[in-house]
Amino acid sequence: MNEVELLNWARGPGLAYATVIMVFGLTLRVIEILSLGRPKELAEVRSSGTADGVKLIVKRSLPEPRNWRYITASYIFHVGLLVVIFFFIPHTQLFRDVFGWFWGGWPNYIIDFFTVLSIAAMMYVLVQRRIDPARRILTRFSDYVVWVVTFIPFVTGYMAFHRLGPDYTLMLALHILSVELLMVLLPVTKLTHAVTFAISRYYTGSSMGRRGIKA
Amino acid sequence: MTPEENNETTETLGQNLIGNGVSRRTFLKFCSTVASAMALPPTAATAMAETLSKATRQSVIWLSFQECTGCTESITRSHKPTLESLIFDFVSLDYHHTLQAASGDAAEHAREEAQKAHKGKYILIVDGSIPLKDDGVYSTIAGITNLQMLKDVAADAAAIVSVGTCAAYGGLPKADPNPTGAVAVQDIIKDKPIINIPGCPPIPVVMTGVLAHVLTFGIPELDKHGRPVAFYGDSIHDRCYRRPFYDRGLFAKSFDDEGARKGWCLFEVGCKGPVTHNACATVKWNNGASFPIQSGHGCIGCSEPDFWDAGSFYKALSTGSINPGEWATDALLAGAAVGVASGILNKASKSKAEKDHKPVTLEDMGGKK
Repeated sequence: MNEVELLNWARGPGLAYATVIMVFGLTLRVIEILSLGRPKELAEVRSSGTADGVKLIVKRSLPEPRNWRYITASYIFHVGLLVVIFFFIPHTQLFRDVFGWFWGGWPNYIIDFFTVLSIAAMMYVLVQRRIDPARRILTRFSDYVVWVVTFIPFVTGYMAFHRLGPDYTLMLALHILSVELLMVLLPVTKLTHAVTFAISRYYTGSSMGRRGIKA
Repeated sequence: MTPEENNETTETLGQNLIGNGVSRRTFLKFCSTVASAMALPPTAATAMAETLSKATRQSVIWLSFQECTGCTESITRSHKPTLESLIFDFVSLDYHHTLQAASGDAAEHAREEAQKAHKGKYILIVDGSIPLKDDGVYSTIAGITNLQMLKDVAADAAAIVSVGTCAAYGGLPKADPNPTGAVAVQDIIKDKPIINIPGCPPIPVVMTGVLAHVLTFGIPELDKHGRPVAFYGDSIHDRCYRRPFYDRGLFAKSFDDEGARKGWCLFEVGCKGPVTHNACATVKWNNGASFPIQSGHGCIGCSEPDFWDAGSFYKALSTGSINPGEWATDALLAGAAVGVASGILNKASKSKAEKDHKPVTLEDMGGKK
């Protein structure tokens, strides 16, 4: 298989398979989580917990004053990831094709800036995971897998855009394939937090509210 | 002139040109044009002139298989050198369906004669793909299948030039679902040097320039897809005059909007320039007048293998060649159904556990009543 066939596969069957696995897996997981419900409250319920649930979604998305270096790097990476995915013009083309409408993208130099920043931030948090004893103990093998499959699309995308590597067509194919791998792993790893973070934060917040604890 | 007469002729091209009133100055100008088009060093023009002027006419057999004659149409629009000068001065085109005067048995006879007379020395040019399915019955010439004719003629060829994407990579006939089992020349012939000059059609000056290079310096440097690097070394995108608009994020959204009128990048309306290697953006077409992007249409990627199977010409390269949205809807419904079923099962096992639950008594723990 040459690079042209690889690209055609990635843009055709590969994209179809990855989309099916991702959408099927995420829908299944979200519905399964929601259907679990909550345990019976044995004490008197203080409030519905809705306000506390929403509050915690916001609160836990805001930076905490401790570990400012690590938190900053995490923020840069997450913001960079969202900017690169949803504002790079070729990416917005894909979303427009799928949803029928999508906002316009930003100029390439802005995307380039966020890409470099995100790559640096990802490398920083990886190093921190290795040198901080507490983080190292808490890190499982799957955490490294998740880091790698998130990191590769950044690097291949950057290389393809700047015509680095042996061949643009090959780099573009590898970039799309690496994103498809990310899509496949999204429902079966902790990457699922991309869609479940709000559910879990709401659940925790509302449980606290119902029990009269300050969220 | 029949091939036998041509073979007996010892007149060199130089003598021929003088006899036809072509000045050395004109001839050198031609060699300089070809040399510069192929990015050869300045000294190559002189070397090319020396070699060509001493050369006797090269026998060429042109086989047309599953094709649309677009490649021949294109080469007849060649300006430097003109097709006439190519046929009558540089090469002896001994067989070509469309251009030869002879027909029927006489035409096939000319081919056989040329094969015999110039055994091991002639250049074979092929346009069109070769059908393999059902013993190749889908395309025959004079009752001979394309496969048989190609093997037969290629056996004694010095080199093969696959002109057009069909001959080079299978092209349109090979596009999914490939009903005739079409393949490229390089899929069949493995023991001869093959130069691919893809394009649908290829640029005329690229075809004639490569032929002039073969006649003077032999096989040019080729890339991994067998294409001459001099013409196919860069992508259209890298040489495109609209590239600055790509970098600034300025795109035409349709073929008649403000962006299109201002000449912005055509990426969003489907231009495949970033993954296409050809000389359109530099050599251009119709005597260097223009090329597709310059006239407002995106590149369709015609010089790349399997470009027909790369999805719509009018969808951006970054989109899927299929619409993932159609697949996503089914996957969403299936995921929801399995999720609900799993939820019901979870609930059932939970209520069963509750029902089966027996309180632990003091006796169970070994206490006395």
